[in-house]
Amino acid sequence: MTDAPATVARTTEVVAAATPEVQAKSSLAPEMMSWDSKARRMVTLYLPLTCFVVILLFPFYWMAITAFKPNAEMYDYSTYNPFWISSPTLEHIYKLLFETAYPRWLWTTMLVAICATFLSLFCSVLAAYAIQRLRFRGSQYVGLAIYLAYLVPPSILFIPLAIMVFQLGLFDSPFALILTYPTFLIPFCTWLLIGYFKSIPYELEECALIDGATRVQILTQITLPLAVPGLISAGIFSFTLSWNEFIYALAFIQSSESKTVPVAILTELVSGDVYQWGALMAGSLLGSLPVAIFYSFFVDYYVSSLTGAVKE
Amino acid sequence: MSVTTATGWTRAQAQPGWLTRLFDWKPFLVVVCLLPAVGLLTVFLTYPLGLGIWLAFTDATIGRSGVWVGFENFEYLMGDPLFWGAVFYSVFYTAVATIGKFGLGLWLALLLNQHVPFKSILRAIILLPWIVPTVLSAIAFWWIYDPQFSIISYLLVDVLGLRETPINFLGDAWSARFSLIAANIWRGIPFVAISLLAGLQTISPSLYEAALLDGSTAWQRFRYITFPLLLPILAIVMTFSIIFTFTDFQLVYAITRGGPVNSTHLMATLAFQRGIPGGQLGEGAAIAVAMIPFLVFATLFSYFALARRKWQQGEAND
Repeated sequence: MTDAPATVARTTEVVAAATPEVQAKSSLAPEMMSWDSKARRMVTLYLPLTCFVVILLFPFYWMAITAFKPNAEMYDYSTYNPFWISSPTLEHIYKLLFETAYPRWLWTTMLVAICATFLSLFCSVLAAYAIQRLRFRGSQYVGLAIYLAYLVPPSILFIPLAIMVFQLGLFDSPFALILTYPTFLIPFCTWLLIGYFKSIPYELEECALIDGATRVQILTQITLPLAVPGLISAGIFSFTLSWNEFIYALAFIQSSESKTVPVAILTELVSGDVYQWGALMAGSLLGSLPVAIFYSFFVDYYVSSLTGAVKE
Repeated sequence: MSVTTATGWTRAQAQPGWLTRLFDWKPFLVVVCLLPAVGLLTVFLTYPLGLGIWLAFTDATIGRSGVWVGFENFEYLMGDPLFWGAVFYSVFYTAVATIGKFGLGLWLALLLNQHVPFKSILRAIILLPWIVPTVLSAIAFWWIYDPQFSIISYLLVDVLGLRETPINFLGDAWSARFSLIAANIWRGIPFVAISLLAGLQTISPSLYEAALLDGSTAWQRFRYITFPLLLPILAIVMTFSIIFTFTDFQLVYAITRGGPVNSTHLMATLAFQRGIPGGQLGEGAAIAVAMIPFLVFATLFSYFALARRKWQQGEAND
């Protein structure tokens, strides 16, 4: 935290000496910081920003490059430049796709993520509508209770949940995950959707009520179509969270073929003392790609749901 | 003519079936709407929470439901150096990682809040570490921290010549602890930066203009405008960050599994190790329950310490 103000100070310490004209100009376009010289901006803004981007992206670059490197290059930094591949190979990916159950794991993860997302969206839409629009007595407290549910971390719940899952006979089945993931998805989605419903003018619903629409018609024909951006945000976010989930999938799934990708890579591909780094990196890369592609289509929704959920 | 429309209107009104009328009856509608969410959360969240607390006072193992043993699990844990090691590392990990995440995240947010070309692309790139499954990026870090083929060691030893020997990142206790914290900070920066950026963008530029005209320094503008207006959102983001860092499991489990010699166990990984592979469900639950006081304290602290200003001003939280 000490660095941040220092940067700002360095960026703008010229201000004190700035001439009135410059100040006048700056008030026209305050975000331009027009009193800054090019060189100063270079050092205080672009240099740290570049460092941030390089450090944040490097593990992905390293993951991708390792996935396509032949073993000979991977362990020999003196003859080959480690930052580049001289003879790329698909060997690791081939091995992963055809010699392990990777496609199966991918399919299970996809199935669980999609089912859990739809289940939570269904529950959250109804709950958020009831809390925000039906305004019954105590609706605030229900909203608060759902918010508090989001603060209960899975690390506390996995042991009792494992017992429950076992008693319900769901152990080792994808249903165990589909039913438990909503515990952290519903609070998040509900909270996000309450915010979206709040932004829809209440007058629209009143008009519909006067025209004789039923509550169900109002929800399906007026509120939901207007809340589509919110639904997309909540949906893609839930999908990502389910795809990333680890501890429940580790505790509730035993058999190799019904594991999810993150768990399977860690437990099935890591065997013995010699790690298959090529296969591990290929698996991580392929496991990240669906989320990353998904993400690239919906970046703005991610940002809005992230900030929306925090602001609420 | 008006008469005909009026009769048409009344006839339509008289027809609704009992189902429609039931769905327009508000109490029923409220119950139906809340039932799926509240039911699911009660069964899979509230009940397990209670069950977990009960389990902490039993000697349950896998395949045998336990009997009430009172505080025996906790008494045992009190004398267990491994448990205290996990408590120490959980607190240390949370403290250092939170300071790192918020320091760097705030810095990044302030950088992004300036006029930068390709801002939206930059924002998309920066959020990437947070989107990709933690375990998968943790595996990448595991490879980066490899004792023999670490790329960081290669840079320091062969390219820059700063060291003689490769760094043994995960081999000894303290370097393993700090390596894990570095990976956690790496993963946490995007979330903090993007949320704080959203907070920064709500601050009106006219406040800065007024302060500039009054001859304020940059530090004063940060201290008296940016920071106070950012506090409410900072409090919320920090509460979330502390809770999810303290109960972190994936990163440690993926990279070190608590090793070397149990020096990097967090309470969550220790609870997992004792509870699921070890079969001592009661003891695992006791460790998990022991996290609750820390979480409540951290939440109250960050919320009241940071949100005090807003709370004192009596702002409507709407």
